[in-house]
Amino acid sequence: MPGGTEAIVRVGALALQGDVREHLAALRAAHCDAIAVRTAAELEAVDALAIPGGESTTMSRLIRAFGLEAPLRRRLADGMPTLSTCAGTILLSREIRDGTGDQLALGVLHLTTRRNGYGRQLDSFEFDLEIPEIGAPAFRAVFIRAPVIEAVGPGVEVLAVQGGRPVAVRQGRHLSLTFHPEMTADHRLHRLFVEGLERVVEGAA
Amino acid sequence: MSEVSGPGAAGANGTTAAPAGGEQRGGLRVKRGLAEMLKGGVIMDVVTAEQARVAEEAGAVAVMALERVPADIRREGGVARMSSVTLIKEIMAAVTIPVMAKARIGHFVEAQVLQALGIDYVDESEVLTPADEEHHIDKWAFTVPFVCGARDLGEALRRIGEGAAMVRTKGEAGTGNVVEAVRHMRAVQGGIRHLRSLRADELMAEAKRLGAPYELLREVAETGRLPVVNFSAGGIATPADAALMMQLGADGNFVGSGIFKSEDPLGYARAIVAATTYYDKPEVIAEVSAGLGPAMRGLDVASMPREELLATRGW
Repeated sequence: MPGGTEAIVRVGALALQGDVREHLAALRAAHCDAIAVRTAAELEAVDALAIPGGESTTMSRLIRAFGLEAPLRRRLADGMPTLSTCAGTILLSREIRDGTGDQLALGVLHLTTRRNGYGRQLDSFEFDLEIPEIGAPAFRAVFIRAPVIEAVGPGVEVLAVQGGRPVAVRQGRHLSLTFHPEMTADHRLHRLFVEGLERVVEGAA
Repeated sequence: MSEVSGPGAAGANGTTAAPAGGEQRGGLRVKRGLAEMLKGGVIMDVVTAEQARVAEEAGAVAVMALERVPADIRREGGVARMSSVTLIKEIMAAVTIPVMAKARIGHFVEAQVLQALGIDYVDESEVLTPADEEHHIDKWAFTVPFVCGARDLGEALRRIGEGAAMVRTKGEAGTGNVVEAVRHMRAVQGGIRHLRSLRADELMAEAKRLGAPYELLREVAETGRLPVVNFSAGGIATPADAALMMQLGADGNFVGSGIFKSEDPLGYARAIVAATTYYDKPEVIAEVSAGLGPAMRGLDVASMPREELLATRGW
């Protein structure tokens, strides 16, 4: 990245469908350069990728139809960090339960994730979530037709649990959530992600 | 992988949960939030479980479960009501994406039934025959979120004032003619731009003129956008129509008759999904439009008698 005085990392938000605008705003509030990513060229131009909430089956289809699967897999294999929320976490999981049969599982996260694990929209909820990593106060976590993480593999650190299930996990430089921090004005989790990137960039410099 | 143990995760529909951790269901944030998650996507009208599966395969973000698409309601006439419970259940069982269903304007018991079925969104819709010619449903009384149609900013804000968590243009459903959707989207967006130009001491008179809640006007004047997601609907029949609405400021598209009244439903569905995502890339719209058969046959709205217009329903 060019060494500006402001943002030192550029994060893309996968902008095929979903609450992209909220992620871009939250990333900018967390002091990074944020761009929408809909093409392979845009994907090449970012240091890290946020995958928003939305419909994982829709994103899965568009990733395949517009030639993004191979570039995404390559960047992930090369270690591109990700911040994923809800549908994004499903897409990055190794195993998806209750998906459509042909649904894309990019597999970078050692997670087994069940789609709509809490039920339908009527079971959507908000919750004051304790996340020791970011300290007090509790984080107002919004779960919308959220997935449930049913199994975690080696190297996955559980950052927060709700009802006995992990809802925020970290695996290396991937921060993965089943709720929507971008829907609130609390940007601590986006900041946590961006700070991790900055440390790596500064360490390499 | 190690299985993570926990109490049964599946919740009961619509029950108010335990107060632990300030848990809350059916609040404004989760109601409006689901619509936020649908942004940039296409919601498709379906009349069978098989059509619902086609829609899901094509990349729909949600389906609208109906007995008849608007084009058929228009042709067959009679009273159009909430779809049969059996059909709605079949469609809910057929797909993993959100399922919406329509209730008649003012028919709060149809909406109660839809909520009891566990539907994900209720469309209080002018496409069905209104049950009340003066009052809309009090949508605050429900856990399930509602979407409502609007022709202009005042109507959109009245519906939001009644608790709608999402709005859409009315357009003119079942015509395959985008002209009314364009008119309504321009009216809403133009209304917002006008509000932005007003002084604070002019907002009350504007609220009176629009017949809309003053507090919502103030919010829109300050933020420059509606407090809820605004999709387009009513007459979108081609990928170019879908992209047109997005370029005019829609957050996403409802497509009714345009898909399953075309000669190539899967092809149209996929192409309209792509054109909604890549709405500002004409080369992509051209590419996905290639090889599609004829679009649904359209109707000239200007030559239709006023009593046949669905958009005039709602108050």
